[in-house]
Amino acid sequence: MSFDMSQFLQTFYEESFEGLDSMEGNLLNFDVGVVDAEKINAIFRVAHSIKGGSATFGLKEMAAFTHSMETLLEKIRSGERQMTTELVDLLLQSVDVLRAMLSANKNGADGVNIPVAALKSRFDELLKSGDTPAANPAPARTGAGEADAQQTAKGKSQHWCIDFIPRMSLFSTGNDPLRIFRELATLGELETRIDLGKLPSWDDMDAEQCYLAWQLQLRTEHTEAAIKEIFEWVESDCRLDIKCIDSAAGAVAKTEVASKPHPVETAIAAEPQKATDDAKDSVVKEQKSAPAESASIRVSIDKVDDLINMVGELVITQSMLGQLGQDFDMSKLEKLADGLTQLERNTRELQESVMRIRMLPISFVFQRFPRMVRDLSAKLGKKVELVMTGEGTELDKTVMEKIGDPLVHLLRNALDHGIESPEQRQQAGKPATGAIKLNAYHQGGNIVIEIIDDGKGLDRDRILEKARLRGLVGSDEVLPEDKVAELIFLPGFSTAEIVSDLSGRGVGMDVVRKNIKSLGGSVEIKSETGKGSKFTIRLPLTLAILDGQLVRVGEGTYVVPLVSIIETLQIKKKYINAVAGKAEMYRLRDDYLPIIRLYETFSLVPDQRELENGLLVVVEAEGQKAGLFVDDLLSQQQVVIKSLETNFRKVTGLSGATILGDGTVALILDVSSLIGAARQQATNRGRPQAA
Amino acid sequence: MDSVEVKNTNDAGAVQNQYLTFVLAGEEYGVDILRVQEIRGWDTVTPIPSTPDYIKGVINLRGAIVPIVDLRTRFKMAAIEYGPTTVVIVLRTNGAKNSTILGIVVDGVSEVYNIKTENIKVPPQMGQEMDIRFVHGLATIEEKMIILMDVDQILTSREIAAVDKLVA
Repeated sequence: MSFDMSQFLQTFYEESFEGLDSMEGNLLNFDVGVVDAEKINAIFRVAHSIKGGSATFGLKEMAAFTHSMETLLEKIRSGERQMTTELVDLLLQSVDVLRAMLSANKNGADGVNIPVAALKSRFDELLKSGDTPAANPAPARTGAGEADAQQTAKGKSQHWCIDFIPRMSLFSTGNDPLRIFRELATLGELETRIDLGKLPSWDDMDAEQCYLAWQLQLRTEHTEAAIKEIFEWVESDCRLDIKCIDSAAGAVAKTEVASKPHPVETAIAAEPQKATDDAKDSVVKEQKSAPAESASIRVSIDKVDDLINMVGELVITQSMLGQLGQDFDMSKLEKLADGLTQLERNTRELQESVMRIRMLPISFVFQRFPRMVRDLSAKLGKKVELVMTGEGTELDKTVMEKIGDPLVHLLRNALDHGIESPEQRQQAGKPATGAIKLNAYHQGGNIVIEIIDDGKGLDRDRILEKARLRGLVGSDEVLPEDKVAELIFLPGFSTAEIVSDLSGRGVGMDVVRKNIKSLGGSVEIKSETGKGSKFTIRLPLTLAILDGQLVRVGEGTYVVPLVSIIETLQIKKKYINAVAGKAEMYRLRDDYLPIIRLYETFSLVPDQRELENGLLVVVEAEGQKAGLFVDDLLSQQQVVIKSLETNFRKVTGLSGATILGDGTVALILDVSSLIGAARQQATNRGRPQAA
Repeated sequence: MDSVEVKNTNDAGAVQNQYLTFVLAGEEYGVDILRVQEIRGWDTVTPIPSTPDYIKGVINLRGAIVPIVDLRTRFKMAAIEYGPTTVVIVLRTNGAKNSTILGIVVDGVSEVYNIKTENIKVPPQMGQEMDIRFVHGLATIEEKMIILMDVDQILTSREIAAVDKLVA
């Protein structure tokens, strides 16, 4: 029975990474001294599943490692050992190691310097030192499985006879007897016999049922407990009978069985232990080799059920409309209108549920932060408490994958530069433990993520000083408070240089802002000296659909993203000013907005060239406002964003295209690049000699 | 379009490819038929600002946004009024990274020919008259010369890059 296992490998990786995440979370929340059986069990389960999975896929090193980990956890679970801070640290390190091993395997990277052996030997040491001579001596098991397999042949082995009669429903629980046998084979010499007695005739057979039973002969020096452990996951799904036959007794008389005894191939072969020279401190460097965006998504079942319901309704509506259409007369007009309304509603709901499939709770990003904060604050000698709220807030998977790094950066900044050392804090009359709050919530069509710290806030004078030094701000220019804070987002401002002496990490706040901008979002900062800073990130919920305002210029229809529109107004002549001869400005209350004539930018033939006959759509992007001069406003609608780059290329001033109800293509305006271009033009006009 | 029929000009056996031919300013051009996705009548397009004049715009092809190139303008020929025979041939091209779709506007489609590879001649250098980049080879069928086009060159990445620079 050999089939391609690689198709399951991806699932194994995903599940393992998820498992490790939850393991990490449990470890971080672990209250040393309190025996929390549930948490220990959860941690144990993860180790066990990874062990089973990695053995199945032939990842020997990982299997051996998790095996040691599991053995230790088992002792904690059974109460033989106490959970200590040291142990938590060790387990956290092993989470890192496992993660590194998994990603190395996934990316096919080989020879990565992962201190597996070092950690493993520490597990083994701990196991030996802490072993109480209980009734359950399993010193050999502290080693790796492969070692046992070799020793067994020589050592005095016992002969076990195991009757394994699984329930018919065994497969439905996801258990694979083959895997169990392979694991058994690592304990010693294994002979299996299969009992096909219950096998029904071909016609009556249900492929998903297990009709088989096994009789196993195992020669091993391991204890019964060790054997039982392997069956742990199927215990409730089978009848298990483990008997010890005298080791002297030879082969048990062969009963009539349909198949020949067939030794299960040893899944785990001898593995050369890594030399201890890589047994430095167990700091695992994250593999940077192309973290490919995962191409699959796990969807909760109720979302799928929702979708199926919705499609069901759609089918009903369709058949109703179909019937109507077969013999239609005017008396049924009202019914038709009803049907169409229903169809519209169904479609909208369907669209919403389809979009929801891509939505995942932001906890997927948040969950790695407690660990980061824990490690980093220990390294910096600061006391920090991380409070996270709104982890259930959902957002699009693609957005989520890209927001992780900017968030990490902001959080690190808050820890590094925001929160003061405990002494400084106490001097300032604040509690010694700093607080960082991470908050996420929905607001309109956006998700808002806030990172709030109660540290020392931004040092405005130093920022300004630096900006003047670099010529970003004129030497006698006076900036309002909030504009100063904005300066840190400018390229060339390394955070390390401004706010602290800690070395920079090569990523500045400008990169953070750029990343967020590329997702169509924005980031704001509010800071009060001595009281802390607050970063607010606003992101669109999804990248695939956009609320748009359709505008008309001449014969063309364009889409302006609704989020960037502030208001639309009729132009009054008295508010138009021509600055420097050509650049037109519109005075809106206290603001002067550059007027962008869309027909000029796009070389179109408009209905109106006179400003006062058209409309001005006031838009804002990145804190800059401008007025778009258009002929007319059309409807507002949700549009599906289509890329122009798929078959063509990027076009300045456009962020994409969409297909309107009548099948024609409308172009979506890229407001920020339009404003940028207009400002550039204005400056060029302002100094004609410069060119 | 109904007159499209397969004409066997060669005996079977040798390596031969089928080419769809179309007319452009009286000349007959051919494209590898395996690259042709469909042939459509001319319909209005959505013009894209700040693009070269030979890009007429984009159309919605069953949900995909597909650029339309006017081949006359592309070859620097005199533009003509689009008539009832004007068609858009939708082609698959192999771009730098992945295959893309594009439509070309031509005066009309003509035939499908089987042409042996050995009968395709390398085009001679023609000086400045016509850009040789687009020509993959020449074939003579029934005393007619057919210019076989390299569809990948119609919207090359070099062209696009040049345009990008122009716009920036």
